[in-house]
Amino acid sequence: MIKLQDITAGYKGIEVIKNINISFAKGSITGIIGKNGCGKTTLLKTAAKLLEPISGNISLNGESIYDISHKRLAKEISFLPQIRSTPNIAVYNLVMHGRFPYLGFPRIPQAEDKVIVENALAKLGIVKYRNKNVRELSGGERQKVYLAMVLAQDTNYIFLDEPTTYLDINHQLEILAIIKELKNMGKAVIMVIHDLNSALTYCDKICLIDRGEVIIDGTPKAVYNSREIERVFQVRCEEVSMNGKDQSQYVFSL
Amino acid sequence: MKAISISQKLSIRKFFIKHTKSYNIFVIALLAFCLLFFIALSISIGSSKIALSKTFSVLFRGDEFTKEFQIINYVRIPRTLAAIFAGCALSLSGLMLQTVLNNALAGPSIIGVTSGAGLFTALMTALFPAYLTLMPLAAFVGALTATLLVYFIAKKTGASRITIVLSGAAVSSFIGAFTDTILTIWPDTALSRTGFLIGGLSGVTMDGIKLPGILIFISFIVVFILSYDMNVLSLGDETAKSLGLNVARYRFIFIVLSSLLAGSAISFAGLLGFIGLIVPHAARFIIGYDNRLLVPVTALLGSSFALFCDILARTMFAPYEVPVGIIMSFLGGPFFIYLLLKQRRRLIDD
Repeated sequence: MIKLQDITAGYKGIEVIKNINISFAKGSITGIIGKNGCGKTTLLKTAAKLLEPISGNISLNGESIYDISHKRLAKEISFLPQIRSTPNIAVYNLVMHGRFPYLGFPRIPQAEDKVIVENALAKLGIVKYRNKNVRELSGGERQKVYLAMVLAQDTNYIFLDEPTTYLDINHQLEILAIIKELKNMGKAVIMVIHDLNSALTYCDKICLIDRGEVIIDGTPKAVYNSREIERVFQVRCEEVSMNGKDQSQYVFSL
Repeated sequence: MKAISISQKLSIRKFFIKHTKSYNIFVIALLAFCLLFFIALSISIGSSKIALSKTFSVLFRGDEFTKEFQIINYVRIPRTLAAIFAGCALSLSGLMLQTVLNNALAGPSIIGVTSGAGLFTALMTALFPAYLTLMPLAAFVGALTATLLVYFIAKKTGASRITIVLSGAAVSSFIGAFTDTILTIWPDTALSRTGFLIGGLSGVTMDGIKLPGILIFISFIVVFILSYDMNVLSLGDETAKSLGLNVARYRFIFIVLSSLLAGSAISFAGLLGFIGLIVPHAARFIIGYDNRLLVPVTALLGSSFALFCDILARTMFAPYEVPVGIIMSFLGGPFFIYLLLKQRRRLIDD
């Protein structure tokens, strides 16, 4: 369990998020939603120890994450940033970087690491790209390669910053299916997501943020019923039940 | 017969396919062979003609009292080693700066390393001529100070790729002014002004390259050991951090190493800088972006290039010689432009 207590964080002393209290449990998907610039990414980076908070504490299973070394934390928490420069590297080598926290000096992958990387490639269906350069791949394929790296890192907690943004609908659904599978493997997935319909249908928990504060934090049903999404985004939101499927979809209009 | 020739063709061809194991081995072996060839050439030719058989007998039989022995032992061997050390050190320094600062434009001469080392070297010769053996350390301190200054200015202003280059240019020209002042006020130092500013290897002695040589060799080993971490660092700060790499610490280690390498080289070779920008790019062109291969290839390529340039510098206008920095720019400039044209925008992208 990752627990944020009274977290206030930001850049250069300017508070972007204020007094955040929230926790993330294993075996669940948490969606962090909110308008552009409300502090979603700041929250994600702070929780993953990439950004030092101004005040407050974060604990992992009761232990403060600031007492945990980089290396040990990297075996518990992985983070996939949204904007990243695409390195000039073969797919296999990039996925192997997911094993970095487990490599001792002189950084030579062991048989076990190789097996884990092979499994990650297979799980994401990218075995055929293994020797290709990441730069030659499309955005959707690249995202899968990065997810394979995260899978190879084999952490209990996975933070994803807008994993489906800029992808075509087929890749979006594929990525979401993979995320669901990660949850079924018992991992906690915490993601910033802009597509509210995907958030409400795929997540177990929704955390709505506005102006750096958590407005509501609960199940998709509870968040939908609170009508806070409509107030924050200034849209109308309707639940539509689909014929023949037990899950409903959400439609938004001005 | 036919089957054999086809299989032979295939087995030869596999050495020319990039990003395969055979290709990598082939490239490294070829470069090592080139380096050995240039070493042999460098020792056996120069402004005074020594027959190859004589060279051989000097090297392996040790005729100590001949004129040839004096030339080979006190001029050519130190000079050959100096070229190898300088080429290797400056190229590796450039490779690390480019990787660590994530900036294709980074190179010892652009980022301020060269000018910092130059200032301290000039200061040493002008003010403390008695301690010339400590020159590599002074050059290292100068290089490190300048690099850290440039890095922190760039970081304060946003650390974008262009601010690093701009602050490097500003710091370099500021420090360069100090160096020029010193060289003007103390014109009679042990340093030859043109040779130092352009970069040259004439007059190096075994004593002068002993300490820098040791420092360069140790740094090379450390860089090679850390080459995988360099790969992780080049994934970007956030990804590297979330993979458990202590980004700030490693970036500092690499900056210190690159200053140590460049400082050591500059202490005996003068302000050679361009080689540190172009050799890593040429090496990437040949072997790709994996630093585990890039480190040895850059070292071999840099050494070979420096040695080749020095051979030309000594022999082209014999018995006169030109500073090796001039030859490097003559050959390196057009070659770099060729690389730019060939790779279009991808080079700058990285």
